[in-house]
Amino acid sequence: MNFPVAMELPLVPDQASSMAGQVDLLFWFLVLLTCGIVAVVFGPMFFFLYKYRKGSPADRTPDTFRTWIPEVIWSGIPLLIAMGIFAWGATVYAHIKTMPDAADALEVNVIGKQWMWNVQHAEGHRELNELHVPVDRTVRLVMTSQDVIHNFGIPAFRLKQDVLPGRYTTQWFKATKLGRYRIFCDQLCGMGHAEMVGWVTVLNPVEYNEWVNVGTEQGTLVARGERLFRALGCSGCHGENSQIRAPSLVGLYGHPVPLDNGEFVTADDRYIHDSILLPQKQIVMSYGPPSVMPSYAGQIGEEEVFQLVQYIKSLGRYTPDEYLRQNEGVGGQTQTHVPTTQNPPPGTSGPTAMPSPAAGPTPQNAPPSPAFSPQPTSY
Amino acid sequence: MSTQIPSASDLAETDFGPPPAKNYLNEETTIRSWLLTTDHKRIGLLYLFTILIFFAIASFAAAMMRLELLTPAGDLVLSQTYNKLFTIHGVLMVWFFLIPSIPTVLGNFLIPLMIGARDLAFPKLNLASWYIFITAGAFTLYAVFAGGVETGWTFYTPLSTKYTNTHVFAMAMGVFISGFSSILTGLNFIVTIHKMRAPGMKWMRLPLFCWSLYATSIIMVLATPVLAVVTMLLAIERLWGVGIFDPALGGDPVLFQHLFWFYSHPAVYIMILPGFGVISELITCFSRKRIFGYEFIAFASMAIAILGFVVWGHHMFLSSQSVYSGMVFSFLSFVIAVPSAIKVFNWTATLYKGSITFETPMLYALGFIGLFTIGGMTGLFVAALATDVHLHDTYFVVAHFHYIMVGGMVLAFMGGLHYWWPKITGRRYPEPLGQLAALVTFIGFNLTFFPQFILGYLGMPRRYHAYPPEWQVWNVLSTAGASILAVGYMMPLGYLIWSLKKGKRAGENPWEATGLEWQTTSPPPKHNFDVTPIVTEEPYAYPLAASDEHLKAEKGRRALEHA
Repeated sequence: MNFPVAMELPLVPDQASSMAGQVDLLFWFLVLLTCGIVAVVFGPMFFFLYKYRKGSPADRTPDTFRTWIPEVIWSGIPLLIAMGIFAWGATVYAHIKTMPDAADALEVNVIGKQWMWNVQHAEGHRELNELHVPVDRTVRLVMTSQDVIHNFGIPAFRLKQDVLPGRYTTQWFKATKLGRYRIFCDQLCGMGHAEMVGWVTVLNPVEYNEWVNVGTEQGTLVARGERLFRALGCSGCHGENSQIRAPSLVGLYGHPVPLDNGEFVTADDRYIHDSILLPQKQIVMSYGPPSVMPSYAGQIGEEEVFQLVQYIKSLGRYTPDEYLRQNEGVGGQTQTHVPTTQNPPPGTSGPTAMPSPAAGPTPQNAPPSPAFSPQPTSY
Repeated sequence: MSTQIPSASDLAETDFGPPPAKNYLNEETTIRSWLLTTDHKRIGLLYLFTILIFFAIASFAAAMMRLELLTPAGDLVLSQTYNKLFTIHGVLMVWFFLIPSIPTVLGNFLIPLMIGARDLAFPKLNLASWYIFITAGAFTLYAVFAGGVETGWTFYTPLSTKYTNTHVFAMAMGVFISGFSSILTGLNFIVTIHKMRAPGMKWMRLPLFCWSLYATSIIMVLATPVLAVVTMLLAIERLWGVGIFDPALGGDPVLFQHLFWFYSHPAVYIMILPGFGVISELITCFSRKRIFGYEFIAFASMAIAILGFVVWGHHMFLSSQSVYSGMVFSFLSFVIAVPSAIKVFNWTATLYKGSITFETPMLYALGFIGLFTIGGMTGLFVAALATDVHLHDTYFVVAHFHYIMVGGMVLAFMGGLHYWWPKITGRRYPEPLGQLAALVTFIGFNLTFFPQFILGYLGMPRRYHAYPPEWQVWNVLSTAGASILAVGYMMPLGYLIWSLKKGKRAGENPWEATGLEWQTTSPPPKHNFDVTPIVTEEPYAYPLAASDEHLKAEKGRRALEHA
């Protein structure tokens, strides 16, 4: 027990992102408004309680005014105020949710798993419960969960978003102040919820460039994805000379894909993610059902799936015209644009990433992960 | 006040004679007569006894949590134990205390008395719903004592269906079963209020307590089946691995949240609307004045009941729903703030030109208005999308809903219990002690929960058993407040039990209140009224009433003067 401690009385959190000021402006306006409403309710209340206490000499001639007049006033004014705050909150929210057009924006992959945050940078740097970002540069987090619902929150950035299994959610920020700020998991995720915390470090551009180029021996995420693509045998079917029919992945990303049920789906991150883990969910027209694609659920973790997605994204985006030309023979044999190497070099199987203990669903009634020891936590 | 119902001051002087030798409490005294009773008053007391047990267990869990949070390190209980504590606290407080509190105790006791009926429409169904409630409680307590559940009261998937080995099934079944008790109680109230009002009790003469419980009952009947659906789906996925919510099986975890909040947000209004009803009765009685804006308060209850069904998405602003659905739910959440504001303004206006006294129930009612106002205003912080991003799942939300649920509902329950205690037991509680307890509760409550607003703004997440050390002072203040609050809860427990034997005899109408429940003996006879009362007047004809008749007469007088 380290009690008592120094008397720290923090009242406001750090303001370290481009959005923090706007959120705080609304917050403090609401604080003022609350004080105002409290004054409007409590002022008359205490006045009446005193003036009309039993036995006081106040005039108690019954009211003769029409009661609907005050009713309309005290319904209408709160309604107008409420609509104003709604519009304000929604405007700032739209700003929070809209990724700005920034040519130099960074994309960082965040994977929540019981009970840690795995972070992968495009350059190949990976970290655990830490996130390093440069100051004054837009950073987009693409997040998913290996197991339950988590929430990636950084109070100093006034930022928070649920991280769901089987789905990519995103949020962006632009850090404005150098320093280290706390990361919390804000959605109850089981026993180690309070341990699922970390730090975001805001570096100046020079330091960031030094930092991001260390620990990248395994190559960029795309390069890792390409190695996995071969090691897992994906190239055996999705490659040029494969014996088994499978749709080409070149130019796939961002384009509509015809499905066997006649619908179209846009090939986004989630579509590619689900095609790897749940191949029977959305089957490309004339490739099933059932699809011959095996599920990779349980074999690879979300880190590897994300690397594969990055690789498949890197196979190029075509204009719609080019795309149509590519797919004239949907389901046919005309896909010829897969990069050359197909067969994995023997001996280099297995993903090169760090082992992911939580890959695959935890069976019910499973003992807690050995990585976690239930000791008293301290920050 | 030239009507057949005597006004309050008349009643005080009327001699009703000594209380009857036989009343609902002493007519039969065997245990069997209590367990098989169909008397709505006795069933109300059965509920009171039961929910107080649940309240005690849930409060104990809260006390353990506040003790753990005294220090930043997680050093009192293990993290999993802490998760179990807040799950017990949430589940028991929501489904086994707040939802049943005013409806099943005061509502059961008072609705037939207030509308001049001899019992609820379906007395046996009423008893059955208590037994269902007991069964639900047994399942839940089994889950608690067999080892607990670590999912929180919200049971979010896939944590609850796949990633926890705790007793989710038993607790979910407890919640599932308790829903049927709610539905039957709501059904009983709706039919009773529709069909069993005394002659002359038109809808606009219905006491506002009955209006609020009518609105509550509608929500209970319409929303609770969704709770049954979602807990059943949860059980199916957990037991048989059917992919409903688990994305690894092709399910959607957010679907669970939609279904859960489609019930649980209306359930927030199940918890607070009955409180509104109690406060309307208390404010008008202790101001000796007709309530201001009767129709507006009654219809605000109905508006809240209806709008309450379309705001569930504001619990899910961060759960990956689209920006536009976030905006729709935010908009509707701001709209529902207005009927709540109307009520607060009308209660305040009722004080105007009253003759105000400050007995215990009135202190609770005034505390309610203050805390509910703060709770409601802080609701705007989390209804506004931009600020919710920062405050979501932090202690700000915890503080906000405790201002509504404890500052609102628990204070209303305590106020109502004190107000009708003489009617229920025939005895009076010691007034100075009651006033002191109300004050202690108010102070303890604010010290407990106000620091949590600041902690939330600083970013402290909910459901953490350990936290960064720079936040310790606020947590220490909160824990200190909780111990004061505990004293505030213990005091009434002591003196109310004491008053059962030693309290002063109450007489029929100790508050000189209007309302049919005060026209029968205290405690009432088993059949409530010897003669069915006939209602000829609006509900709050206190001496200082500005009645419609008075307004018309005044208008006529002015017209004459003008002419």
